Amino acid sequence: MTTELLTPLSHIHEQAGARMVDFAGWKMPIQYTGVREEHEACRTHAGLFDLSHMAEIVVTGSQREEFVQKMVTNDLSKLAFGGAMYSCLCNNEGRIIDDLLAYRFETEIWIVANAGNRAAVWAWLTEHAKDFEVQLDDRTEAITLIAIQGPEAEPILQKLTSETLSNLDFYTARRGEVLGHDMLISRTGYTGEDGFELYLDNEHAEAVWNGLMKADDKLVPVGLAARDTLRLESGFALYGNELSMERSPYDVSLAWVTKLAKEPAPLVAEALEKAKEVATTCLVGLSMEGRNVPRAGYEVHQDGAKVGEVTSGTFSPTLKKGVALAIVERSVRAEGTELEIIVRGKPQTATVTKLPFVRGSVKRHS
Amino acid sequence: MIPENLKYTEDHEWVRIEGLKATVGITHHAQDQLGDIVFVEVPDVGAELEKGDTFGVVESVKTVSDLYAPISGKVVAHNEKLVESSDSFEPEIVNSSPYEDGWMIVIEVADESALEGLLDHNAYQALVDSGS
Repeated sequence: MTTELLTPLSHIHEQAGARMVDFAGWKMPIQYTGVREEHEACRTHAGLFDLSHMAEIVVTGSQREEFVQKMVTNDLSKLAFGGAMYSCLCNNEGRIIDDLLAYRFETEIWIVANAGNRAAVWAWLTEHAKDFEVQLDDRTEAITLIAIQGPEAEPILQKLTSETLSNLDFYTARRGEVLGHDMLISRTGYTGEDGFELYLDNEHAEAVWNGLMKADDKLVPVGLAARDTLRLESGFALYGNELSMERSPYDVSLAWVTKLAKEPAPLVAEALEKAKEVATTCLVGLSMEGRNVPRAGYEVHQDGAKVGEVTSGTFSPTLKKGVALAIVERSVRAEGTELEIIVRGKPQTATVTKLPFVRGSVKRHS
Repeated sequence: MIPENLKYTEDHEWVRIEGLKATVGITHHAQDQLGDIVFVEVPDVGAELEKGDTFGVVESVKTVSDLYAPISGKVVAHNEKLVESSDSFEPEIVNSSPYEDGWMIVIEVADESALEGLLDHNAYQALVDSGS
């Protein structure tokens, strides 16, 4: 392993007593006071996250729009300036290299990718950038990403900015100041709650983090462990669990971000077309009763025959029961279908459940 | 932090020996690593355990971990607070009081030789310090 990367906030997390772990080459806080406490704070009030390990790649140049449109699976042309969209990046076999957010601005496009896939995304994009008039800039290590998530996120952040946050729509972003520091303010997140992701220069990281913590005495820092339980309750896929280089978007219910008919079509449209034809699985939510807790890797059965596998599972802090995301045969996908998850050798009932398991405060504008 | 009057295992369990009875639980370090505990599966009274057997599991929000019998013997009691069907069900007691109210089972051994081979508090402290 090479030297561990530190975010500009690492020392603050350590001072706060966070347990730090290696995560995709970064030293990150996994937990501060406890998963359940941090999770509940985010659901009922607000939580603060250091997500500076996420990769930001900025695309400029006269052919940036055509380039990104051909690289990602979702349709960039549907996006207004300042808009963000969720998408996949797929390889020559139509398999998922990463899932990402793309932001479209007047003069540049931002790609925000998973820390663990930073090198793979960079390699794929740069390989194909040769054929376009574009420039790529990996700004990951110059940018701090702080997220504030929860039903009280807007009033808390509003205290520190002259921007009117109430008119910043879900999945849009704009430049503005917080505590006098210029940054990208994005109304996005990975918790199912309303909230903001702030992309700022490293030099202001500490001032902004401390300023937010000071602005509200019930705001709590949240580690990666609670980030995982929050996203799972919201039914969001995670790369490495649901998504992988072994699966196409069609295997994991991501057809909704895979637009083969867009113009120009994805570079790997043919492979995606083939992947669509052969796909037999989908992603479902499963709920369990009692204190059975599903875990990644547990088999999913119907009438004694294997029909899939749990890809993420936990004890839901909100619902107080076991919940899972699982990749299963499409024939068993109907809501309410009773399946079994094999927990330590014993089949336990699990019911196909509509996602999200928990509907948070996120404001969707249709 | 690590009680001096208890014995320990490399699986981060503690054992309190009183005559031929041994009360078993998990250490503070173990509960801290597991985080918020939501369920503990304990064996029925009367179960016979062989040293090293899996006798139960601890489920936390984050992860699941097996429990291993630290000694051979017969289960003569389990903590009702860990039994889901009991009125006093309170698995988080293992987080808040791992060495006292969060005990798991009592094992009765046939003779004292069954109690040998456990770690003392110094050896266990060294194990925790080494990070294993």
